Order: sequence, then C-alpha cells, then structure tokens
Amino acid sequence: MTAAFTARTEQAIGDRTLKLAIDRTTGTARAKRAAAVADWPGFEQARELGRDIKDHVIAHLGHYLAEFERNAIASGAKVHWARTAEEACDITIRLCRSAGARSVTRAKSMLGEEIGLPHALAAAGIERVETDLAEHVVQLAGDRPSHIVWPALHKTREQVREMFAREHADPGPLDSVEAMVGSARRQLRMKFMAADVGISGANFLVADSGAVCTVTNEGNAELTTTPPRVHIVTAGIEKLVPSMAHATVLLRLLVRSATGAELTQYTTFHCGPKRPGDADGPDEFHIVLVDNGRTRMLREGLAEMLRCLRCGACLNHCVVYRQIGGHAYGGTYPGPMGAVLTPLLDGLPATQDLPRACTLNGQCAEVCPVKIPLPKLLRGWRDRSWREGLPPRTEVFGIGVWRFVAARPALYRLATRLALRSMRLFARGGWIRSMPFARGWTAHRDFPGPARRSFMEQIRGRGR
Amino acid sequence: MSEPKRAAPRVALFVTCLVDAMRPRVGFAALALLEAAGCRVEIPRGQTCCGQPALHAGDRDGGAALAKRTIALFEPYDAVVIPSGSCAKTVCVEYPEMFPAGSEWRARAEALAAKTFELLTYLADVRRWRPEGVALRGKATYHDSCAGLRELGVKRQPRALLAGVAGLEVVEMEGAETCCGFGGTFAVEYAAISNAIVTEKTASIDATGAELLLGGDLGCLMNMAGRLHREGSRVRAFHVAEVLAGMGEGPAIGEEE
Ligand code: SF4
Repeated sequence: MTAAFTARTEQAIGDRTLKLAIDRTTGTARAKRAAAVADWPGFEQARELGRDIKDHVIAHLGHYLAEFERNAIASGAKVHWARTAEEACDITIRLCRSAGARSVTRAKSMLGEEIGLPHALAAAGIERVETDLAEHVVQLAGDRPSHIVWPALHKTREQVREMFAREHADPGPLDSVEAMVGSARRQLRMKFMAADVGISGANFLVADSGAVCTVTNEGNAELTTTPPRVHIVTAGIEKLVPSMAHATVLLRLLVRSATGAELTQYTTFHCGPKRPGDADGPDEFHIVLVDNGRTRMLREGLAEMLRCLRCGACLNHCVVYRQIGGHAYGGTYPGPMGAVLTPLLDGLPATQDLPRACTLNGQCAEVCPVKIPLPKLLRGWRDRSWREGLPPRTEVFGIGVWRFVAARPALYRLATRLALRSMRLFARGGWIRSMPFARGWTAHRDFPGPARRSFMEQIRGRGR
Repeated sequence: MSEPKRAAPRVALFVTCLVDAMRPRVGFAALALLEAAGCRVEIPRGQTCCGQPALHAGDRDGGAALAKRTIALFEPYDAVVIPSGSCAKTVCVEYPEMFPAGSEWRARAEALAAKTFELLTYLADVRRWRPEGVALRGKATYHDSCAGLRELGVKRQPRALLAGVAGLEVVEMEGAETCCGFGGTFAVEYAAISNAIVTEKTASIDATGAELLLGGDLGCLMNMAGRLHREGSRVRAFHVAEVLAGMGEGPAIGEEE
C-alpha cells in the first residue's frame, strides 16, 4: 500500500467526528433503502430491466447519441461534444464568456466535479455559486464532495452551524435545520437571480425527445436552469436512455436506492430554450456531451460500469467507505464505484490501492440497482496491477514462493511444519500478541496460536 | 457396474490450507459429520490450497496453475466438500471463470464446480442430515461470512442445523450479514481499516450477550476471535462444524489444546 493512501486512511479513521457524520447519513440511507426495497415486490425484476436498458444503450451508444443530438437540436438546444475533461471545461468556459457571464450558478453534478469545472471557473475568473445546499457547504469549507449524493456528508450539522454563523451575512439564530436552511437561502437567493449562466448536470438524456432530466430534493436545479439567460448542461454520454418510459424505470431504481423515497421532490425534464409564449426559461440551452474515458471503458472491459446511476447505495453499504469516508479515496468518486472509476480517470499506478483496499464481500453488488458486478471489476484492476508489476515487491515475491510450494505437496507439508513450529514460538497461552510479518494483524488483534501438528500430518498418523 | 452412488457417495474432504495449519479440529469435525451423514470420506493426500491468495492478489497465472492441480486431484470423486464458504466459492464460481469457454479446462472446472459443496450446505441440503443427540448449553450468535452467503446461498442451513443442537440458543446479532473486515491479506495490508471494521463487528457480537461466536469460515472467525480476545471479551469462537460434531466443549479458537 502506498504511503499517501495510508496517511489519508489513518487520518480518516482517527477522526471521530467524521465517523459520526458518516454513520448518521449512511445509516439513515441504508434503513430507508431497505424499507423501500421491502415495499417493492418487483424490485428484483426492475433491477434486471434497469440493467438491460443500460446494457442496450451502451451496446448501441452511437445510434442513441445521434438520435439524442438530432432531437435536442430540433428542440432548440445546441449540442457540443467533448472528448476529454479539458475540452468539456474549455467549451463551458467559452460559452460562459460569450454570454458575458461574471457569475454562474451551478446545480450539483458529479460530472462537473469529474471534469474539474469548479477549478476551471475559478481559473477563468468567473464567480461560482453552488445552489445545492450541501455543495454550498462544501464550497464554504473549501472542500471536495465526499459522497456522490450527499457531498457534505463528512460535515456534521454542528460543524455546518458553526460555519454558517461565521460565513453568512445574516445567519440569524441557526437553532434548527430549518433556520440553517433559511440562512443559506438568504445568502444565496439574490445570487441565484443575478446569475448570467446556470450550469447543471443530467441524470438522464432522453434520446427520442432530446430532453434532459434532473432530479433534486431542493428544487435548486430548477433555480439554476430557469432564471439565467443561458443554461449549460454537462453530461456523460452514458446518461442516455431511449425514451421517457425507460427513464422512469431507472428513476424509480435510482431514487429508492439513493434515499429510499419513491420519487425526488423535483424531477424535471428540460427540453430546449424558452419558446415564444413561455413564461420563463433560458434564451440559450447548451448540452455538452462528455466522453472523458467512457468509450475507453467500453474497450477496457469496464462496460458494465457505464450502467451506473450514481445512486450512492454501494457507498452507503461499503464497510470500507463507512470507516474512511470519501476523501480518503483521493478521487472524484469514492466507495466501490469510485474504486472502479478512479484508476481509469487518474491512472492505475497512483490509485492501485483502491481496488486492493477491499474485502470483496460483495455487498455493493448486492445493493446496486443496475447489478454492476463491482467486485469483479475491482478484481479486473487487481489483475491488471499484477500484470503491470505494480504491487509491492515483497508481495509479488511472497506469492511467487507460496505458489511454488503450494504446487508441491511434500514441500508444502514441510513448509507448514516449519511455519507452525516458528509461529508457536510467539504464542503465549494460546494467543500470539505480536509476530513479525503479521504486524498489521497483531497491532490490533491477537492471532490464534496454530496447531501443534497440521491436519494432514495428524491424519497420516491415523492411517487414513 | 459400480455400486449405487445414492447409498454412500465417495466424498473428498478438502480441508483448506487454513484449517490444515491453524485448526485441524475443524477438519476432524467435518470428517466426522460427513461420515455421520453416510458418506465414504477420503482425504486426497495432494491437497494444499485452492489458490485464492494468488487470485485475490491479481496473479491469474498462479491461480490457474493451482486451480488445475486442484481440479485434477478432486475430479475423481462423487462430491467434494469444503468447510469454508470462501474456498468453496473459489472452486464453484472462480475456477470455471478462469478458463476460456469451450476449452477442456473450462469443462473440467465446471464439472468439478457442479459437485463441490460448502460443508454445511452439503449436510443440510444434499444429505438432509440433522444433528441427533448433540447437545451444548449456551447462547450463541452466528456470523454470515460473505462469500458463502452471497455467492453460495449459505444462510438458512447453518441456522437450521444449529437449531438441532439441544440446549443451544442462537440469537441474531445486528448486521450478521455485514463483512467482518477479514478479506485475506486485506486484514494485514490495510490493517487499520480492517481493524475499524472488525471493531464494529465485535461490538454487535458483544451486544447480543452470547457466549459463543459461530461461523463457517475460519479466516473470519480468527479475525473476530482475535479482536474479541484483544478487547478482553469472554466470547469464544468455534466453527459451526465443531459444535455439530459435539466438539463445542473443547478449546475455542485461540485456546490451548
Ligand atoms: S455502482 Fe450501482 S450502487 Fe454504486 S452508485 Fe452506481 S448504480 Fe449506485
């Protein structure tokens, strides 16, 4: 394991406030999801349908992208294509500049984080106003999101209260969650209305209508996309669905898996700019379709990962995520889905810990609403790490020796006998409290002293 | 013609590398149980390890080499029984996936997978064996190890079998299906994370008030037992097979023989 990852995980594990914050939010999410799933007898069939819809689109990506583009243009939208994160940011900044934007509002979008849009806007000198409450918290704290559904999951409400009292112009009493929301609203409302450009992501891109679907619980996407003159959508190309009917199947899966609710408070299908006679809406509607590694995933055995709805269930159920939180992963996306995506986005050598720091317990795949075989994909990265010679040399050497011995039973028995004998030297009253080569174990746990003689040795004595 | 198989299947016991070295009692318990369930049990001498450590590290070649020798060693038997959900999963699920479809080794791996069973499942579902005259006084809680639970459907079998042990009360812990944080080399390489996970597990074990922790995978049991012991807990850990074989009065994991 790399020193940087060790440092991040140890810091996270030592932070009891972080643990409290993680347990509160993921605990509620797990309980609510479990209740929603228990109330939905067709859940299993819906998962299969969801998986099949996504797989179909992924297998015919070119077809649906062309159809989406055609219909989006027909609805009055302008469609832009970005191969990389840089291209996506460049296009977005260019659109902001040509709109004369000094300030933009942004509705939470993980793709925006993935392509580094907050940073790009800052570099371009454009003020960014986050409209999602949790993203506002993250922005005030100068942080990064630590969860794909609750970006500020790592902050307790007590910490948020302190920060609002310090940073908001008119915080008021802040003695309840409502009061805190009220303070944020007073802080942000005027900026919402004054923004020149609103930037959102997309939960679905509907091919047969060219519509862009966003889901939120705060209505902030609508505030981001309706008042400003220009609305820019940045979306990964895997967000495509053939039609509205397909979108609704996936919506049900997404929302129940994320929060346990039947539907988000706000589910909006944005379809082109303001038309003559419309009461409101943007004058310009731009859609930036982003690849950024997605077609590479198709080629590199990660096609199943393109099904991901970004529901966060795999994070909430992951025993590792629940101990270390999102920041320790070091990438845009944390948890099991992040451990699959980050090596692709940031390169395997720097991120090889992510697929390895996993017990392969399979709970992530068990809860994933589109049945992504996350452990299998993580193991694909481990195989590749091995082929590329990335694991620690001691491990490669150790496995090599063990392999040689395990293929030769007589040698294996001898090695077992010697290992047992030397391990027993460390045992006191049955237990080993400290042992070389297993310090990681014995730092926290006792190790049961081994048998005097192995099973195979004993059985031979019994003439079997 | 061979004698009818239904009468007494010729069963190979694959004890696993961990049981072999760390806790032979589980192997003897498995042997006794299979015999009680009417099997002719053999213990192939050449057995070592299923290859999971190599596979989990990403060493596909090493894994395949060990898979091939394991397949060749065990394929002559009517059934192969393993007292571990994790190792049984390697044979049943991973071996076939290692070889290209249509290849000879794929066919052999699939044939072996079809007759390989986790011990408790084999006893309960295939042999329809129930404990008789087995007693153990006490309160126990059972941990569902991940690979057995999610890949092989080991869930109700251990509980049903334990229900047949006179005097034994089994209470469910909070999050019985949550991983204990073992994960093989994970427990050593990412020790701090592993420890944080197992510490939550031991808290829910302790909260049941059980005196015994039972499970079907020695690796997970050693992890939980080791943490419990470090914490000074009085909970003692056994493999379910030991309890079913009437060996639950003896030394628990970590106690001197
Ligand atoms: S991988 Fe599955 S569970 Fe995880 S965020 Fe994506 S859709 Fe949700």
